[in-house]
Amino acid sequence: MRTATRPVIPIAPLPAAGEAVWLYEKRRQIYPRAVSGRHAAWRVALVVLTQLVFYGLPWLPWNGRQAVLFDLTARRFYIFDLVLYPQDFIYLTVLLVICACALFLFTAVAGRLWCGFACPQTVYTEIFLWIERHLEGDRMARMKRDAGPRSLDRLWRKGAKHAAWGALALVTGITFVGYFTPIRTLTGELWAGQSGAWEVFWVLFYALATYGNAGWLREQVCLYMCPYARFQSAMFDRDTLIVSYDARRGDPRGTRGRDADARALGLGDCIDCGLCVQVCPTGIDIRQGLQYACIGCAACVDVCNGVMDKMRYPRGLIRFATQNSLAAPGAPSLTLRRVLRPRVLVYGAVLLALCAGFTASLWLRSPFRVDIVRDRGALARELGHGEIENVYRVQVMNATEARQQYRVVVEGLDGAALATRADFALGPAEARWLPMSVRLAAEPAQALQPGAHPLRFRIERVEGGAPTAVVSEPSTFVVPR
Amino acid sequence: MSDFFSSGWSVFVAVATVVSMLFCLVLLAIAARRKVMSDDNTTGHAWDGDLTELNNPLPRWWMWLFIGTVVFSFAYLLLYPGAGSRAGTLGWTSAGQYAAEQKAAREAMAPVYANYAHAPAEALLKDPAAMGIGERLFLNNCAACHGSDGRGSRGFPNLTDDDWLYGGDAATIETTIAGGRVGQMPSMASVGGAREQRELAHYVMSLSGSPNDSIAAAGGKKLFGQCAACHGVGGKGNPALGAPNLSDGVWLHGWGEKAIMTTIANGRTNVMPAHKDRLTPEQIHVLAAYVMSLSRSRTTTTP
Repeated sequence: MRTATRPVIPIAPLPAAGEAVWLYEKRRQIYPRAVSGRHAAWRVALVVLTQLVFYGLPWLPWNGRQAVLFDLTARRFYIFDLVLYPQDFIYLTVLLVICACALFLFTAVAGRLWCGFACPQTVYTEIFLWIERHLEGDRMARMKRDAGPRSLDRLWRKGAKHAAWGALALVTGITFVGYFTPIRTLTGELWAGQSGAWEVFWVLFYALATYGNAGWLREQVCLYMCPYARFQSAMFDRDTLIVSYDARRGDPRGTRGRDADARALGLGDCIDCGLCVQVCPTGIDIRQGLQYACIGCAACVDVCNGVMDKMRYPRGLIRFATQNSLAAPGAPSLTLRRVLRPRVLVYGAVLLALCAGFTASLWLRSPFRVDIVRDRGALARELGHGEIENVYRVQVMNATEARQQYRVVVEGLDGAALATRADFALGPAEARWLPMSVRLAAEPAQALQPGAHPLRFRIERVEGGAPTAVVSEPSTFVVPR
Repeated sequence: MSDFFSSGWSVFVAVATVVSMLFCLVLLAIAARRKVMSDDNTTGHAWDGDLTELNNPLPRWWMWLFIGTVVFSFAYLLLYPGAGSRAGTLGWTSAGQYAAEQKAAREAMAPVYANYAHAPAEALLKDPAAMGIGERLFLNNCAACHGSDGRGSRGFPNLTDDDWLYGGDAATIETTIAGGRVGQMPSMASVGGAREQRELAHYVMSLSGSPNDSIAAAGGKKLFGQCAACHGVGGKGNPALGAPNLSDGVWLHGWGEKAIMTTIANGRTNVMPAHKDRLTPEQIHVLAAYVMSLSRSRTTTTP
């Protein structure tokens, strides 16, 4: 293995044999240096985009209500025109499967794109770092102030930073709860101090989680808590584009003047400035190769490209590259072709199929749901004159936001007819259990064997006398011995 | 409280709990630091010749989290039951929590029922919201015996016809729901042997105009005197006693010679449980109105 021969650069001096050490390591504060460049711009764009959606969506009105609202107490989930019931949870499952497939695809192609650019942990850390930078300065200033004596300057800067973090965290908490309690009501009640205890609890809980994770824990979440970080590498192979240091080109490293001839000095392109380590949000040295701690944020790529420009060397000493292309450099088109390998195509096909199925299923979704349950009390009932009656509980769930008329028809069993009223109405997003009796006339009943016989309930949504949607549900009709 | 014959077990459980919690801390203290055995950042162990163990330490805050959980469990043990049979300073019990939640639920329901509590049943019949509540109460509490459609089954009265054992006015239905009913008919084997019982059965069938053996029925007429004490001379029943009307063709315990003879020979005891401990008076009020609606509503056609 190549990893075994890589030089180990200890961050702290190793303890000598015989010395007692802690098996619980004290945290090393990381001061990521600000970085600008193509990837940083992408990250900022994604931060802005995701947060515009997250903070903005609850405020969007739709049909006289909040466009996206998960009403847990009423168990109705409103997403624009959709009204979802808990029975529709399968959609969430499919959505999560789609997300997983998308993750497989992106990871197989370009490593931890999710971690570096879209994960909430990264996104909020980025926002919190931005606040920190504006109040406390960049890496060097922060390090200097933290190492220095206590001062009024430090106190007010830190105080202001925590106040800003706290305020942002609170807004985040309120927004989060605003997806479950109408946000206009929620903010009004919070302002007036009249909101429920659970709402306050969840606002504070989510605010604290944001503040703690993005302000204090940061890379610790990625390094020690995130299970995803650990199993993601299972999706890597030697054709995955990962943030890599080109050791062939860079080594041996060494400082040199801008106009010095590196070849003559026997040096590679890496000037060993250490900027790639300074910008790293998880505090690793990318030059040691692929590590589980690398979240693929490409900050080192941006900063190194800047250095290469200054040195008038070609860009890309640190870049997104596959291990194969680093080992045997070839044409970029070859690398690209190898990236489009069978597993990527399979992931892509599965993802496409799932997305198509999901969209089609949502599109063709019936505007009401039906559940037919045989009555638990009685199997069958004999009436006078040899008629037989079965009782059912018919649950109808209106998945629209308008009052609807329905009609029930029984079919599939000769002589069977509904003995209860066949038409009823449901209010907006209302669900109701209706007891319904089906009666079988004497002569067909005598002709049937005792036991269960198939039967179908056809429930029609009626508008102006004509059915506009139909759901047909199977059940059984029991003829007693 | 004693789960065991002696308090020794309780003491044992308490001691074992506290000792194991302390042991967790001791173990952590012992294992948190160790002497480095080699200077290449490995633990110095080697297995299978060359398999070594890198010292890859956990973060320090992880250790504090561990200590925090132990501290939390001590606080929990102090406040809640857990140390043997000790009740905990908060005095929490699962039964108490259940009672408190029920109380809270009743209080939350109170405003819903406030409008209905004093409304007459006739008014509730016309209120779709009240009928919706009544329907849910019926499905949860009554449907198991009377069926989802209230049409009952053998031994369980049909609530959708106009035949009421005890009376079909709102007050009586409320009494029935709250206190339950025990319908008792003594054995009438004293009327005579199998022949007399058969004659009596046929007379009973003749009361509702059901097909019967008229000769046997004529013989049974003389025997009916004993039945008339409860069922009335014409067999019209007596709601005050809950004695069924025998002349309306509604047969709670089955129709036909055999079923009626069984009833005569053995008597019947039919029980409806009381619901006053399960439902509040307001709920019973709304439920009674719903039950009344069953025999009036056009959603159910009576045979």
